[in-house]
Amino acid sequence: MLDWLPPNVSTYGGEIDKFFYVIYYITAVVFFLVAGAMVLFLVKYRYKEGRRATYTHGNTTLEIVWTTATVAAMLILALVSKPLWGRIKQQTPMTQNMMTVQVTAKQFNWEIRYPGPDGEIDTPADSAAGTLDDYQVDNDMHVPVNTVVRVMLKSKDVIHSFFIPQARIKQDAVPGHTISAWFEITVPGKYEIPCAELCGFGHSGMLGQLYADTPEQFEAWKNEKWPPAPAMPADSSNVEAPQQ
Amino acid sequence: MSEATATKHHDAHAHQSFWSKYIFSLDHKTIGKQFLTLGLLMLFVGGGLALLIRWQLAYPEQPLPLIGASKQFAETGEPDSTSSWDKTWAEWLSKDEKDQNWLAKNVPTGVITPAFYNSVFTMHATIMIFFVVMPILVGCFGNFLIPLMIGTRDMAFPLLNMLSFWVAVIAGIVMIAGFFVPGGHAAAGWTAYTPLSSDPQWTGVDWGQNLWCMSLLILGISSLMGSINYITTIINMRAPGMTLFRMPLVIWSLFIVAILLLLALPVLTAALALLLFDRMAGTSFFTPTGGGEPLLWQHLFWFFGHPEVYILILPGMGIASEMLPVFSRKPIFGYKAMVWAMIAIAFLGWIVWGHHMFQSGMSPALGATFMVSTMLIAVPSAIKTFNWLGTLWGGNIRFTTPMLHTLAFVSMFVIGGLSGIYMASTPVDIFIHDTYFIVAHIHYVVFGGSVFAIFGAIVFWFPKMFGRMMNEKLNKIHFWLTFLAFNGTFFPMHILGVGGHMRRIYNPMQYEFLKDFQGMNEFISISAFALGFTQLLFLFNVIYSLVRGKKAEDNPWNANTLEWTAIYPIPHGNFATLPTVYRGPYEYSAPEVEEDWLPQTKKLATATTHGNGHH
Repeated sequence: MLDWLPPNVSTYGGEIDKFFYVIYYITAVVFFLVAGAMVLFLVKYRYKEGRRATYTHGNTTLEIVWTTATVAAMLILALVSKPLWGRIKQQTPMTQNMMTVQVTAKQFNWEIRYPGPDGEIDTPADSAAGTLDDYQVDNDMHVPVNTVVRVMLKSKDVIHSFFIPQARIKQDAVPGHTISAWFEITVPGKYEIPCAELCGFGHSGMLGQLYADTPEQFEAWKNEKWPPAPAMPADSSNVEAPQQ
Repeated sequence: MSEATATKHHDAHAHQSFWSKYIFSLDHKTIGKQFLTLGLLMLFVGGGLALLIRWQLAYPEQPLPLIGASKQFAETGEPDSTSSWDKTWAEWLSKDEKDQNWLAKNVPTGVITPAFYNSVFTMHATIMIFFVVMPILVGCFGNFLIPLMIGTRDMAFPLLNMLSFWVAVIAGIVMIAGFFVPGGHAAAGWTAYTPLSSDPQWTGVDWGQNLWCMSLLILGISSLMGSINYITTIINMRAPGMTLFRMPLVIWSLFIVAILLLLALPVLTAALALLLFDRMAGTSFFTPTGGGEPLLWQHLFWFFGHPEVYILILPGMGIASEMLPVFSRKPIFGYKAMVWAMIAIAFLGWIVWGHHMFQSGMSPALGATFMVSTMLIAVPSAIKTFNWLGTLWGGNIRFTTPMLHTLAFVSMFVIGGLSGIYMASTPVDIFIHDTYFIVAHIHYVVFGGSVFAIFGAIVFWFPKMFGRMMNEKLNKIHFWLTFLAFNGTFFPMHILGVGGHMRRIYNPMQYEFLKDFQGMNEFISISAFALGFTQLLFLFNVIYSLVRGKKAEDNPWNANTLEWTAIYPIPHGNFATLPTVYRGPYEYSAPEVEEDWLPQTKKLATATTHGNGHH
């Protein structure tokens, strides 16, 4: 059944899939044991004229055994799940290869905003006019592979959910909050960014595209689209304000 | 109520008018049947909506059969001579007020619009949860069974009981009315996440969402009246000898459900009131621009919503625990473990709500906490499953239709329980949250669980309710078709979820990564149509058996519990003399007697009495 998983292309996606498989095998075994026992009992103890059912009210030892076993199994599953959850949701890895993108959801588009040459989102470049040097576009997201992409998620109207199936990332965007999420793509390609939370009549079809570029492709795209960097960052007061 | 006053009460109702006997009846049995009628009617409304959803997903943006116009008409407006529906359409559409035309607005040329689609799935869930499963499991069987099974004459507050039903009817009318107001019905999902639901500008839905809130507020009043009644009756009015631990497990489940309702509904009521204020009085409890917090709604809703899930499944568990001993002809395995497991579910149910919010932006540290509590709530469910298996072990099993439905309940509940573990594991939930995996899960629990229990219970108690047996052959056909079509419909949804297929999307073919799932969606829809139409067979059987069914004996299943000692037609007041209880409810194949059943009321010559939990 898990063959239907979209091929994973992110660093932690493989680990999520590993958990998926572990739970899949555990639940499959439990299901077949329970269903097997049930079918066995149904056949073996089917109605026979004149036979009398076993008169018993239960077995305390059995109750203790299966209660303890289930508690142990569930706690272990929770404990082993916890570290991966923490790594994905509670901290963003600190590496050299990192970039930040602000994604603002709105009915029914993803507004993708790059920091521009100054490396900061929503801060004016060091220009007299104080204009933003950010680059912003709807629905097209370019990221280099093997780079930690930190997504600052916002929403302008209702709750949306940022979902990249192949990267195994999903995070709601909530108005009034800026939520930090991250992913790192390992396989270059084009992937879809559907919205996963009902957001109105246009929810279906609210769709962005993620272009996971090789470093060269990404540089080329950046040079083409991003506003030019100020010529002399140290003394940029007379550089003309970059146009968005 | 003392026995003397109850008898007087009974006499006073010996000659009742049609109105006081059938409409504004104070008799818990009639009120139970009224809730059953309400629930079954709404089942077909909710089911019809489900079929609309499935049509759209299998054949995206194609005209519906029957009301869909031909292609020629859709393109040119000229009726196709072969399609009489075109002419009807042409007539409808030629009216001046065609903007007011309900069909033209929601299904122009037979195609469901995205906005209407959102209303359809919102109302499918709302109706199924609040107007089908709750009225039938809690309203009908709670009312019908509690006084009969604990051996009393009626509910503690019969007037409150009658009001509880009619208030639910008002809530139902308000809910249905929402379909016909300008702007359409609520379209923010049954969970009504804010701010989508709190400001009409985001959905275009105005009075639909308001009526949705008002209807559920009204229904909350109905449920409160019912739950107070159930709790009071069970605590105060049990027959002599009916100790708490001699109560049938279905009564335990309804007792616990009533307590959950009493505690959970005020939270929903508060949340709905805040939502209405946001919508109608300009407050901004849930709107960040006014200083509100959208996630507050989710916390309030799921703080109610998770106990609500157990409100839907606990009576099903109780019903299964009644049928398994009757048809295995042996005592329930681990009676006390069963009771404590339900109590544990009721407690743990309050501290797991955050698992609906793992990806919501709630602190991920809380996510880890909720994962542990959620994993733990699997334990009492597992205990119940093992004890049900233990009940089958060593039995003398009869495969009647109620038993088949019960076995389906147990096995489908196992699948629904196991699939819950995937969501409980927070890392896996990142991927499957808001996909069809969760749709599969909820339907395995609420349809595979609660609805199979409902079918089983209706067939099982039909003779006591209506004095006739249901047609067993039709019942068996209905069971097998339902079982197959149910699995054909909902099992593949797990696979859709594994593929990443989001829930609540109007057209999956808009996504490249879902292109391979068209065939599966079509298969699911065909199964769903089969599932839907099979229920007409059940409806037919209910009506046919009401009129033509074989006259039932007083205790057709040779069951032990008190309701089978009441003689049909059970008068208002139930028992000529109140029964005395000598033992627990599941003394089947007890060695003291020759027959394989030993009613709770039967006094044995020897002094030995059996409680439960004694070996």
